[in-house]
Amino acid sequence: MTKHFEKVETLVSNIPDSSKIALAPDYSGCPMEAIRKLIKRGVTSLHIIGVPSVGFQGDMLIGAGCVKTIETAAVTIGEHGLAPRFTSAIKNGTINIIDGTCPAIHAGLQAAQKGIPFMPVRGIIGSDLSKHRLDWIEASNPFSESEEPLILVKAITPDITLIHVPLADSNGNVWVGVRREMMVMAHASKKTLVTYEKLFDGNLLSEESMAPGTIPSLYIDGLALAENGAWPVGLFGNYPPDENHLEIYMDMAKTDEGFKEYINEYVFEPKAAE
Amino acid sequence: MSEVIKHEEMLISVISEMLNGMSHVAVGASSPIPGSAALLARANSLTDLRVSMLGSEEHNIFTNGGTELFDCAAQGRIDAFFLGGGQIDGGANINLVGIGDYPDTKVRFPGSFGSAYLYYLVPRVILFREEHTPRVLVPKVDFISAPGSSPENVNRPGGPYALVTERCVFKFDKKKARFRLESIHPGHSLEEIVEMTGFDFDKPSTISETKPPSSDTLKLIRGKIADEISETYPAFSSKLFGA
Repeated sequence: MTKHFEKVETLVSNIPDSSKIALAPDYSGCPMEAIRKLIKRGVTSLHIIGVPSVGFQGDMLIGAGCVKTIETAAVTIGEHGLAPRFTSAIKNGTINIIDGTCPAIHAGLQAAQKGIPFMPVRGIIGSDLSKHRLDWIEASNPFSESEEPLILVKAITPDITLIHVPLADSNGNVWVGVRREMMVMAHASKKTLVTYEKLFDGNLLSEESMAPGTIPSLYIDGLALAENGAWPVGLFGNYPPDENHLEIYMDMAKTDEGFKEYINEYVFEPKAAE
Repeated sequence: MSEVIKHEEMLISVISEMLNGMSHVAVGASSPIPGSAALLARANSLTDLRVSMLGSEEHNIFTNGGTELFDCAAQGRIDAFFLGGGQIDGGANINLVGIGDYPDTKVRFPGSFGSAYLYYLVPRVILFREEHTPRVLVPKVDFISAPGSSPENVNRPGGPYALVTERCVFKFDKKKARFRLESIHPGHSLEEIVEMTGFDFDKPSTISETKPPSSDTLKLIRGKIADEISETYPAFSSKLFGA
């Protein structure tokens, strides 16, 4: 059964330390309010998976010392520059990095979604990425008459998918529209926890125009309302990123001390989002 | 309107010309100049050029989430794409991961994104890196995110087509797996390019000057394109065009 939580804090209390947790990139559904609550709680040793990359939420979790391992095709904060806390953590060797490439991460999740052990993927051969990936295997295409190498990517089954979406209904169905990577994430994960912007008046599955972009409550374990829950990153179709605030983050997160000040101000004693 | 052509405008125009006749151009992460070039090619296109820009809601035709770009590419439905690199070498190998002994890199870049896939599958991959210095254009990359060429048994319909920098345009010779200098941007010289390039490349006996954008093209870049790109790259657009 899908549980509705009154508070985002209670929703994220369902994420144990050391969880393998799938997160979406900045242009998709970023549960920033939930990330702040996770940091506030002091979650540790997370294995985060960028699907297929992560932005500010990954950088913040890393800066706050919540991450042991990051598995991703990239950590990017777009126009703002290099992700400061990620870059520093790699330099200081404080996190493990499992470098991947976007389609391999999608394929791993698709394998888990289908309940199969692996998925073949084109490309990759000859890249240094595969030298460091014990969960990727070079095999031969069994349907090809001539010898043709292919990479097999092991299924990726996250413990938890944590996302922020524009709409949810009282039945626990959540709407992601065309950002269907979140649907694959939910299908592939053992549990999915969601924050949502607005409550949809009615049942998303009975509206023909909404149902195709809806993840049914079957896959959703917990929900909590979080208005402006993707701030300062934007939410597709709802609001753009708060560029001024992201610049403040970039400026403060340049150093460890500055980042600590940032989380003191915005995570531990949060100011209301403007 | 000022007729002083900014170098970004020059690059947008140069890349856009390489997209003539394409029917579907995709643009990946952190690519404001290639993105503008794709939008310019679309504005100039006599046919129906489609642009799919990552991070854009207005200039994006995908409805199947993050996988669709890759699925589409694997089926041959994308004609051109752009890649960059913290390091690029003379064999068109690109490094998006970092400098030093992986995984203990001294300098870390964001990561490989979809390069280890799209570089193999999209027929015309245009490498774009503004900075043209020996630290970027190196003899051999420290980490291969994606190789410039592959053995024959690897399924590889795609690969590098050209490398565009702040100083010049190189074309990639697939047979030789080497770059050939194609044109030099106005204000730059062959000596300077040789000095600032860490890898060896072919030099034809006559090398042309890169053609700057016409005044009509400039007008289009500063109007329609500045406006369209500002949705995805607001900082870029406001810095360059004051939009």
